[in-house]
Amino acid sequence: MSSYRAVFDFLGLRAWCDEGAAGAVSMSDLLAKMGKDQEGSSLFSLPFPSLDVLNQSCSHLPRTRDLTIGIEKLFLWARSGLKSVLDPVTQPLSWLLDGAIHIATAIPWWLMLPAIVALSWQLTRSLKIAALVLCSLLILGFVDHLDAAMQTLAIIFVCTGTSVLIGVPIGIVMAKSDRLQRFITPLLDLLQTLPTFVYLIPLIFLFSVTESKLYGIAIIAYAIVPVIRLTDLGIRLVDPEVIEAADAFGMTPRQRLLRVELPLATPNIMAGVNQTIMMSLAMVVIASLVSAPGLGILVLRGINNLELGVGVVAGLGIVLLAVILDRTSKAALLRTGGHGAFSRGRQQ
Amino acid sequence: MTEAPKIRIRNLYKIFGATPSRMVPLVQDGLDKAALLERMNHVLGLQDINIDIHAGQVTVIMGLSGSGKSTLIRHLNRLVDPTSGAILVDGQDITTYSHGDLVELRRTKMSMVFQGFGLMPHQTILQNAALPLLVRGLSAAEAEKQARQWLTRVGLEGFETRYPYQLSGGMQQRVGIARALTSNADIMLMDEAFSALDPLIRKDMQDLLLELQKELKKTVVFITHDLDEALRLADHLVILKDGRIVQQGDPQQIVLNPADDYVNDFVRDINRAKVIRVRSVMSQMDPGISYCGDICGEANLERLIAASGGNPAHQYRVIEQGEPVGRIQLLDALKALLPHDAAPRH
Repeated sequence: MSSYRAVFDFLGLRAWCDEGAAGAVSMSDLLAKMGKDQEGSSLFSLPFPSLDVLNQSCSHLPRTRDLTIGIEKLFLWARSGLKSVLDPVTQPLSWLLDGAIHIATAIPWWLMLPAIVALSWQLTRSLKIAALVLCSLLILGFVDHLDAAMQTLAIIFVCTGTSVLIGVPIGIVMAKSDRLQRFITPLLDLLQTLPTFVYLIPLIFLFSVTESKLYGIAIIAYAIVPVIRLTDLGIRLVDPEVIEAADAFGMTPRQRLLRVELPLATPNIMAGVNQTIMMSLAMVVIASLVSAPGLGILVLRGINNLELGVGVVAGLGIVLLAVILDRTSKAALLRTGGHGAFSRGRQQ
Repeated sequence: MTEAPKIRIRNLYKIFGATPSRMVPLVQDGLDKAALLERMNHVLGLQDINIDIHAGQVTVIMGLSGSGKSTLIRHLNRLVDPTSGAILVDGQDITTYSHGDLVELRRTKMSMVFQGFGLMPHQTILQNAALPLLVRGLSAAEAEKQARQWLTRVGLEGFETRYPYQLSGGMQQRVGIARALTSNADIMLMDEAFSALDPLIRKDMQDLLLELQKELKKTVVFITHDLDEALRLADHLVILKDGRIVQQGDPQQIVLNPADDYVNDFVRDINRAKVIRVRSVMSQMDPGISYCGDICGEANLERLIAASGGNPAHQYRVIEQGEPVGRIQLLDALKALLPHDAAPRH
């Protein structure tokens, strides 16, 4: 079984390898001993020289299990330090989330529904979309999901707002520095592709599961990516001649950013906000694993108890929310790009 | 021209690449553009540029694409930094300016007009024209008052609340010119300002510029690749090739005496009867001759030919500012119509 013994012998590391080898006996060692009789030394059964296999030949080398334990130990070691910094920094997020959820559920429905419909009208100036919002909310209310939907909306509202507040400045500095862009882009790729459950794990280590910021951070970390990317892209896409004109008439970098670059990047930034809203909605079900209230909890109950109907109704509720948020934010986006000359002006 | 030049460019070099300043001595020792690119992997942008730009004149820098003319004009307001050399504006070397000095220079001394207009697409025509003053911190009311005047001056009254995309190219460039004038700077940099416009509109804009110039006497630096345009506008013409000046001077003299084959190729195909002025080819006064008429020194040869009715022996007196300054015979004019290299063969 110790297929690579010869290699270590050849390298003259035998004495070093056997040092203190009598110590721990693992399960695989025992299994190896039992199967010793059947062991063939043919080249076909040569195992891949992984950490575990090499460890059998030389007990000084770590096993893969040691690696994962190492990561865990490292994290636990850094935990108190990280916690003492991150806890106060992120505390406002908890307050915001709790406050928003409280307000969303405390306001009576006959005030809340008209207020939301009026807001969507204000943003889009479209009767069709206002009617769509009203119908969706009425349906949700009719099947007793209005409170859960309001909680979910409150969470999305806070998380999207925070994402924009953090993401736009990051996008701006990224657009200004190619080096920073090279550095941040892989981080964004990582945040976007890491399975969403995985970043719940360190968060659970850091914060108590009962704190709202736990799911707040998880949602923001996942949903902030498009805002950053599209702010970066939007600023980089501003016509170089317009930038040159701004410089030629003596704008300071600050004037240029506020008067030229940000206004011209707005349509792209708004597209990023739309994406961010959609992605935070996608995260609410996962966030409900760590006590985020709202429609996600009901979907989770449906999964845990195999209550098919509960899961389906709550799931369709999320779809309804997604549709109204998407239509509203897209129509608002078209309005920001439509009044001035961005899209049409740039083609000339 | 007795007064000191408004802008003096002295020994200006611009080299693009990893270590441009180390390449300057090599270029001074005679390494040419192709060799620099091949051996050193650096691009030679501008090479030993010396130009005196006088106040109140239109200085036209002409060259084909890649000749470095756009790079050169961007040195004047330091949108591009030189590799070595000096640029003196009103006697001060702007290559040593700090960022703050530069912002001040760009706000008060220089304005610029761009080939693609460079208008802010999200702002109205009025806001665009008012931009230089708003940047300086003037109140919106004051800035817009002045901008309105200049918009009227360039013929855009009534368009103030429109957006740039709602205007044609020619009108957009009028906004660009109004914006440059609103800044009230002495120096106006025009980077291929009319090249994106169709020929008729381009001629209109040239007329507009000449008319404004007669009244405002700005120091204009105009970049173009079009010789006809250059000859219409220029008081002083600079011809660039591969980042080097091949000839500069009075445009008439360049047409009549091209320095080398490159310039000759340029001037060969122009309509010389339209371009060459009587003053440039006239001879000394001769008291013993009787004249059949007077002609203005500014007139082009076309006018002379028309006036003489085609009789080559007719002599004309050349008048400038009411004074006779010389004489011209149609025969001289006809000789001048021949391209430079064609003349000796006859």
